[in-house]
Amino acid sequence: MNNLFKKVTFLFAMLVVSQTSFAQDNASVEMATGLYQSGKIYVVVAVMSVIFLGIAGYLVMLDRKISKLEKK
Amino acid sequence: MKKNWWKIIAVLLVLHTVIAGFMIPVPALNILHESIRNLYFHVPMWFAMMTILFVSLWQSIKYLSKSNIQSDLIATQAAQTGMLAGTLGLITGSVWAKYTWGAWWVADPKLNGAAITMLIYLAYFILRGSIDEEQKRARIAAVYNIFAYVLLIVFLMILPRMTDSLHPGNGGNPGFGGYDLDNNMKMVFYPAVIGWILLFVWIFTLKVRFEKLKRKQLFNE
Repeated sequence: MNNLFKKVTFLFAMLVVSQTSFAQDNASVEMATGLYQSGKIYVVVAVMSVIFLGIAGYLVMLDRKISKLEKK
Repeated sequence: MKKNWWKIIAVLLVLHTVIAGFMIPVPALNILHESIRNLYFHVPMWFAMMTILFVSLWQSIKYLSKSNIQSDLIATQAAQTGMLAGTLGLITGSVWAKYTWGAWWVADPKLNGAAITMLIYLAYFILRGSIDEEQKRARIAAVYNIFAYVLLIVFLMILPRMTDSLHPGNGGNPGFGGYDLDNNMKMVFYPAVIGWILLFVWIFTLKVRFEKLKRKQLFNE
């Protein structure tokens, strides 16, 4: 009887512990909320867009140069 | 302009990826945090690599049946562009691994498989460089290229799935396609894959056109 009581108590203790470890799961995941709140993520987006458009423009230029050569 | 419409789509899709990739909310997950956004940039590199190396394989087979040296030229340029995408995939994966798994490189079947694949294709270029006679080089390289793509499938798609792996989508791990990829992310991820593939195809066609011009000039002189 005493043994069963011990087992049940242990089971509940473990359940409680596992609850807290589950609760940690999503509540405290650090995300860049500050960056979104301050709006500075737009700076990153702007910089990335500029870089990518620069590369795309460069590719267009190369494409035209090659097309010109091909016509010769 | 008529045949260039897909280049415009490539630029628009990647631009969409860059903007929406940072702006659209992502699920808050342990370990990954905001780095889950790497999915829009790291994974498409490998899709692009596999697509372009498939073009290389196709041109190599075509060379073996038709013996047209143009096919050999296209296969070479495709392999080079594929390696560009693969190298970027390796580097971005390494950075991502450092901040999620804690090391720049771990001896993981997926990572080592990717590295071996790169070495296999490196050997393709070395093999080409070691044969002077054009037809012979093209034929041997084409045969090797077929083996190389088969090995790529084995090392990237099959072996990592048969053992334990840290990398998502392998060894019993769910891929991002499972519960991590919510509908918001799909709206960015699928366009990202198509956009990056088209962008690398564009770079590849530029390289092919340039090499063809170079060849033409060589014969005119």
